[in-house]
Amino acid sequence: MEMKVYFRTIKDLPEDEYFGPGQLTCAGCGPSIAVRWLLKAAGSDVIVVNATGCIEVTTTSYPYTAWSVPYLHVAFENSAAAASGVEAALKALRRKGILDTKAKVMVIAGDGGTYDIGLQALSGMLERGHGILYVLYDNEAYMNTGIQRSGGTPHFAWTTTSPVGSKFKGKVQRKKDIMSIVIGHHIPYAATANIAYPIDLANKVKTAFDYIDEGPAFIHVIAPCPPGWRYPEEMTVEIARLATETGYFPLYEWDHGRIRFNPPSNTHLDKSRRKPIIEYLKRQGRFAHLTEEDIKEIEKEIDEYWDYLARLAKAFG
Amino acid sequence: MEIAKTLSIREEIVKERVGLTSNYAAAYAVKAVDVDVIAAYPITPQTTIIEKLAELVANGEIDAEYIPVESEHSALSAVVGAAAAGARVFTATSAQGLEFMHEVLHIASGLRLPIVMAVPGRALSAPISIHGDYQDIMNAKDSGWIMLIASTAQEVYDSIIMAYRIAEDNRVLVPVMVSYDGFLMSHTTEPVELYHEDYVRKFTPRNLNRLKLDPRKPITIGVIASPDWYYEIKYQVVNALKESRGVIKEIHGEFNKTFGTNYDIVERYMLDDADYVLITYGGASSGNAKEAVRRARERGLRAGVLRIRLFRPFPVDEVVSSIKDAKMVAVVDRALSPGSTYEGPVFNDVVTALYSKGIEKPVISVVHGISQRTMLADDFYNLYKTLDEYARTGEYPRKTIFLGLRG
Amino acid sequence: MMKQLTWKDLPIGGVIVEPGNARKNLTGTWRTERPVIDQDACIRCRICWMYCPEPAILELKKPYTTKSGKKYDLTYEIDYDHCKGCGICAHECPVKAIKMVSEVVG
Repeated sequence: MEMKVYFRTIKDLPEDEYFGPGQLTCAGCGPSIAVRWLLKAAGSDVIVVNATGCIEVTTTSYPYTAWSVPYLHVAFENSAAAASGVEAALKALRRKGILDTKAKVMVIAGDGGTYDIGLQALSGMLERGHGILYVLYDNEAYMNTGIQRSGGTPHFAWTTTSPVGSKFKGKVQRKKDIMSIVIGHHIPYAATANIAYPIDLANKVKTAFDYIDEGPAFIHVIAPCPPGWRYPEEMTVEIARLATETGYFPLYEWDHGRIRFNPPSNTHLDKSRRKPIIEYLKRQGRFAHLTEEDIKEIEKEIDEYWDYLARLAKAFG
Repeated sequence: MEIAKTLSIREEIVKERVGLTSNYAAAYAVKAVDVDVIAAYPITPQTTIIEKLAELVANGEIDAEYIPVESEHSALSAVVGAAAAGARVFTATSAQGLEFMHEVLHIASGLRLPIVMAVPGRALSAPISIHGDYQDIMNAKDSGWIMLIASTAQEVYDSIIMAYRIAEDNRVLVPVMVSYDGFLMSHTTEPVELYHEDYVRKFTPRNLNRLKLDPRKPITIGVIASPDWYYEIKYQVVNALKESRGVIKEIHGEFNKTFGTNYDIVERYMLDDADYVLITYGGASSGNAKEAVRRARERGLRAGVLRIRLFRPFPVDEVVSSIKDAKMVAVVDRALSPGSTYEGPVFNDVVTALYSKGIEKPVISVVHGISQRTMLADDFYNLYKTLDEYARTGEYPRKTIFLGLRG
Repeated sequence: MMKQLTWKDLPIGGVIVEPGNARKNLTGTWRTERPVIDQDACIRCRICWMYCPEPAILELKKPYTTKSGKKYDLTYEIDYDHCKGCGICAHECPVKAIKMVSEVVG
């Protein structure tokens, strides 16, 4: 099964904007790029349910809203539950002939509202099979409250609650594999995506909505954060690109029980085709304290993850 | 209302008279109003409501989306989402479930969404208790919800129907909680007259003319507000509760007229000449108190009961006018407010209501029936006798009496 | 300056009824550097427009002829009202047609 391609080249990407400008995100904000493209790919007929986080507080600061689509924010941990209610409402009202809307439902939540406090609601939504696209924009920490570690923070990364001291240096635990958790719910479609590859991201949003009548979809987008990852603002896209080029954040899809790698990750099963991980790490202040040993450890973890993916691809390819 | 007229109305609109628990009565009320989305998570003693609803949905008797959520927090979150999308919704919970969804209670009222929730009251952990009282309900009193407390299964059925009208009225748009005794009502069978659903549907027409999620008119619901804006937005909730009193009374009047009932926001039992008044809420307390009135009057004491039906917004005028001529009043609470001046929450409301009207009156705070510690009519009868004692001596306790406590 | 609206003036529930009105928030005042596009060097590849987070790069159907005679149907212009000066556009431009110029003078 081939990847679905709605947009082949950059020229095919849609013009209409449904997000911003004027939101209070930092200059160079990765999640802002993610959300802009999520909405452009989804179109105007979408209802966004957003968890508390960077995107939520910067885009709905009363009396201004950056959203040109219907938008609901309830709380931090329950975007999947609130979206379940929206989806059910649309279903019931359509069936009763009270509303004739064809609107789709898309959750936009950060790693804070997904990996940890939001995991229960996400799991419930996936288990119940709601026709909702859940998009996780991952800036790898609770950024909105000032850079505290989350389940999505990578091993060794500095955050304010996993600081670099004499006894402990950065996050002690590894990054939770949220995609495996989601895939374990056996939903029709899940994919990773990257703000540095907006064409790939847009195609995946459209694919997800194509399958939405069959059940829930999940997209995990890596979205770097200048103040949280400690790098100059203009590097956001370059660092996101390196995340995939070094094999740290592979691009792949889980499409009806089959794993499919997307370019450039489709060449990265061969380690020699991946850029050295140091290229990714050395550009970020949150990894500035890493020793040679730490970097070798990270390399080993990435190799192990690719080994796991290789075996998944073999079993589910 | 003329009895003959009432009887003929009832004859026409009542479909059948059945024995139902208050929980089942709640489920049948939800069925009658054409609900769209039900979010269900079980907790004792609410469980049989959602079980009955599941059965009705599975049989196609209710046409609604039944979301078996994975927690109470998600239950209320899901109905918030559904209500925001324009649907008519329902959920139910008790005790720990109500606590788990607590933050969403405030969000639901802050977002001004019409939601109806049934709460059979239960004691709060710790220690864990499945038994009934009103601690959970009282702990929600500041969340900006309209709160009704029923005393019979029929009243539960009728109140939930009224609740949809109240919540969805454009002058209100505040979520409504209908509560009643856990176990003592939720699980005991009483006769309930169910109405032909056409009448109920006619009484509860949909309000689609409110702000909701719609791609044709995109709006943003659930903002963050700085100190420059938060106060005014939150004050709207305060004002909504204040203004809702008038609308609630109006809807009660219309319900009475349509369904031949006689509801008011308080129930006055033998208050016209009462010297001694017990203020109660819920079925067991009020029923016992009314029985005690009969015994007390036999003994020559002019006793009466004021039952609080609308708890939030508090029916200040009705409470004050009902007790202003009494010699002694006691409020029988079934919840605790530890650390408060007096530990009875409704006692605190009654005393401030009198204060707001500049009326001084001896009011006693009594706590009873905690975690379903048995309440007897005798206890209430003894209270009347005690109130009489206090009136005679002119001395009465200035702290809460914990009836039935050992020690 | 926002009019001092009372609780009676505001739509209930804190709802914002005007979609995308955040554009009234001129985030362009934040920046310390501003991107300047050299329209002759620009090859209209769309990359800067694609990556701008705000978005503050407008794709306009404005024809342009470069000094060397090359004709384009499109022109990309910066929305300086909203550009925060992050520099992603300049960094990602494949032909370095965008320069970041300091806003601080002197």
